[in-house]
Amino acid sequence: MHVPDGFLDAPTSVATGAIAVGALAYAMKRARHEQPDDRTAPLAGLVATFIFAAQMVNFPVGAGTSGHLLGGALAAVLVGPATAAMCVSVVLVVQALLFADGGVTALGTNITLMAVVGVGAGWLAFLAARAVLPKRLPSVPVAAAFGAFVSVPVASLAFVGLYAVGGQAPIPLDTLTAAMVGWHSLIGIGEAVITGLVVSAVIALRPDLVYGARDVVATTPLEIREGAVL
Amino acid sequence: MTTSAAPTPTRRVSTKVFVIVMIAFAAITAGIVSFYASGSPDGLEHVAGTQGFLDSATEHRFADWPLADYAVAGIDNARLSGGLAGLVGCAAVLLLAMGIGRMLRRPAQAETTQS
Repeated sequence: MHVPDGFLDAPTSVATGAIAVGALAYAMKRARHEQPDDRTAPLAGLVATFIFAAQMVNFPVGAGTSGHLLGGALAAVLVGPATAAMCVSVVLVVQALLFADGGVTALGTNITLMAVVGVGAGWLAFLAARAVLPKRLPSVPVAAAFGAFVSVPVASLAFVGLYAVGGQAPIPLDTLTAAMVGWHSLIGIGEAVITGLVVSAVIALRPDLVYGARDVVATTPLEIREGAVL
Repeated sequence: MTTSAAPTPTRRVSTKVFVIVMIAFAAITAGIVSFYASGSPDGLEHVAGTQGFLDSATEHRFADWPLADYAVAGIDNARLSGGLAGLVGCAAVLLLAMGIGRMLRRPAQAETTQS
């Protein structure tokens, strides 16, 4: 969903740039609380790296169209929403500046769509699913998959909203909405599958590192074992 | 006194092993699997094409850069060129993300702005 330069007019791009800067400044403050110790700290870098790698692998969704992981919900569940917004932004910055993927003046737009809306929608949908599902560890990947599925069409809807404000070409908004949400719901299925699998894998290896599973994992206090046989 | 086994799942691997597994997985994905990615336009590009606003996209400012479009300039082998670009990207993202993370954990220096 990388928006190139030229789709949106300059005022809209400036506005999304301001939204991106504001959101990231807030995320930086919040992120400190999401990664309170050095134990979970390396995960953020790894999550960003994984999202970058996964975004190189477009999967076909039919009719000569493809999609790739956005990673907002995945990152939010693994490292917390504020840290996730920063992880996805790092990926978008590297893609735009190093690989000419996603416009430079559109960087604020892409951060707004994928790092702010994508992460936010994914996290909220994850929380909603967690509230409904049993409070057990196996619920976490399922809720993450649901959050991932929701995040993609919501981000595409946000693009339509921006296009309505600052689109450079006059396009009927109802057909644009139907096309964007339709295709991105299909891509959302792929997003859900990848997110569910990756969250499951991380939980299998290190459940203690998963931000979205803290309430079902972190109940274990440090145990003092006396007389341990060495 | 020995406390009973905790009801929560165990850490199967050390943090070191976990980090290595994640990096290896990302490197394989970006360096090898990416070659098999679908080359079809993505959702937005497809919609822009069918709705007729794809032409409003302007040439990317860095379209001539040596890593533009995930290919290393000068390497003709697509598999090698794309794979190498993927690995460079992974390294760049990891370093940048870790750098920001380190900065955030040092409160005294945390006020440096990052855009």
